[in-house]
Amino acid sequence: MSEMLLEVRGLKKYFRTPGGMLHAVDDVSFTIEAGKTLGIVGESGCGKSTLGRTVLGMLDATEGEIYFEGRDITQLRGHGKKALHRDMQIIFQDPYSSLNPRQCVFDLIAVPLKVYRECHGKDALHRRVTGLMETVGLAKRLAYAYPHELDGGRRQRVGIARALALNPKFIVCDEPVSALDVSIQAQVLNLLQDLQDEKGLTYIFVTHDLSVVRHISDDILVMYLGIAVEKSNTKELFKKPLHPYTKGILAAIPVPDIDVKRERVLLCGELTSPIEPKPGCRFANRCPHSEQACRLEEPVMEELLPGHFVACRRARDLNGI
Amino acid sequence: MSLLEVKDLTIHYLTDDGDVSAVNGISFSMEKGDTLGLVGETGAGKSTTALGIMRLVPNPPGKILRGEILFDEEDLLAKPEAEMRKIRGNKISMIFQDPMTALNPVMRVDEQVAEVVKRHSGLNKSDSLRRALDMLQTVGIPPERGGDYPHQFSGGMKQRVVIAIALACTPQLLIADEPTTALDVTIQAQVLDMMNDLKQEFGTSMILITHDLGIVAETCDKVAIMYAGKIVEYGSLRDIFKQTAHPYTIGLFNSLPPASSDVKRLKPIPGLMPDPTDLPTGCSFHPRCPFCQELCTEKAPEDKIISPGHSIRCHFYQELKEKRPVAEVGK
Repeated sequence: MSEMLLEVRGLKKYFRTPGGMLHAVDDVSFTIEAGKTLGIVGESGCGKSTLGRTVLGMLDATEGEIYFEGRDITQLRGHGKKALHRDMQIIFQDPYSSLNPRQCVFDLIAVPLKVYRECHGKDALHRRVTGLMETVGLAKRLAYAYPHELDGGRRQRVGIARALALNPKFIVCDEPVSALDVSIQAQVLNLLQDLQDEKGLTYIFVTHDLSVVRHISDDILVMYLGIAVEKSNTKELFKKPLHPYTKGILAAIPVPDIDVKRERVLLCGELTSPIEPKPGCRFANRCPHSEQACRLEEPVMEELLPGHFVACRRARDLNGI
Repeated sequence: MSLLEVKDLTIHYLTDDGDVSAVNGISFSMEKGDTLGLVGETGAGKSTTALGIMRLVPNPPGKILRGEILFDEEDLLAKPEAEMRKIRGNKISMIFQDPMTALNPVMRVDEQVAEVVKRHSGLNKSDSLRRALDMLQTVGIPPERGGDYPHQFSGGMKQRVVIAIALACTPQLLIADEPTTALDVTIQAQVLDMMNDLKQEFGTSMILITHDLGIVAETCDKVAIMYAGKIVEYGSLRDIFKQTAHPYTIGLFNSLPPASSDVKRLKPIPGLMPDPTDLPTGCSFHPRCPFCQELCTEKAPEDKIISPGHSIRCHFYQELKEKRPVAEVGK
């Protein structure tokens, strides 16, 4: 078994709101091997972005531990944290709001290099930035263009170049292609995969788009209202989803093939509030199979099949395991 | 007789930075009860086409330069604004993409639905309110929530309110502009199912604007693929998905992450959408087309019918068909 690059144990992130504690991430654990991609899937408000950011230390964890290359990084502050961010970077969802509109492409990509004093002298900086632009497929002539002059795909390439600037080992991709058109989305996905092959990068890929996550991830973690409901490798998850929620979202994706008539498992209702959630399974009120007991006791993540974890009391009898 | 016939519709935005050619002479017709999918990427002119049919293109800078829109055999473009107002929301209505901005934040939702009923049906205030509550019930909102304001609803529920407003006067034609793009998959499935049911119930025809070929496969009968303000391929659902002909449509299908996870690399369309203020000469798709030849850069292709009901704009359709292994198309 190859080395675990990242290990997260019992991670919790709560936010204080006027209505009470908002449980954005509640007791989530996972590991990622070096060079692999973990997809984190869920609907809006399920805590997937918060999870990505807490792992990076952009948000302080309420509870739990995060190990990066075997080292506990949960409590890192100041210099330690800054040094850590050489190895851990993020690509943001919205290339429109994550770039300073008053900086040109060159300056935007140079920021991380300057902050970390990576390059000595103007020439060295120039070489590095041009090299990065080439890596992500940005034409040289765009070096002095401002974000408003670029289309979404190119802006996202600037975001990727910034994330790559310090040669990180690990990148959280927070919905990097959601704002892009399909043809451009495919270009950016290919770029991310090429970079992974070339540099041996490890990704957390946060998205709500299941067809994208299926394409790019090795393993998938499905989240619902702050909790992890299912965790497995990608093939297995799509072939044999065990959690009723996973089944529901898989059945809800429209398939671009007119010969495939999908089986409808319509999930009724909508997400409930993650503020001071009641005990019991958080999915119970939308679940077609929920019983009285589901509403009372919290389900525990169990390994039902080898490498396939699910948090559902009834998963065993529903799937005949 | 067609319910809607659009002929050579051309809409430009005349801005200080130049003339934006949003819609460049598109023609199509729709039968009663049809669902037409209008598919394309950002900037293809889908929404402008829809606004054109509603006569809602903001003017200035937008201007309908040419064309005819025959609805029930009457040209909408020739109608005075007062007449148009009687049609909008009554015979033709529209669902906008973003339910957060389509509703009035300081008005109760039942009143927002009643407003359109009162205007077009001549019912008095209390009767229209009663009708509005019925309508809300139809879209799955319990009547006791009628007195709530939009911010008290979730995204999916707001979109239901928008749909209730659009269907309140049982329109003959419903234009839905990316109705589920802002919603989560499970909510999207609920809303699409409901729209399909209501369409059946009221016998409404629909133009569904989307960039999601999955949604098209599930809801549409006819499909028009738009690129740079033109319809580059038009046909039945089966034509588009099984007999895919235009290089752009093929590119769109190849860009989608495949359902079988064995394919490691996607085959995207190279390059970017052209700048609508400065469209390429000849075929607008030629700079991105893998089959581009000299003729393509010089002459814009005409609409060619390649089988009954299936037409494309491409010079080299015949040659392409021979060159391309059938297996590659329409996974």
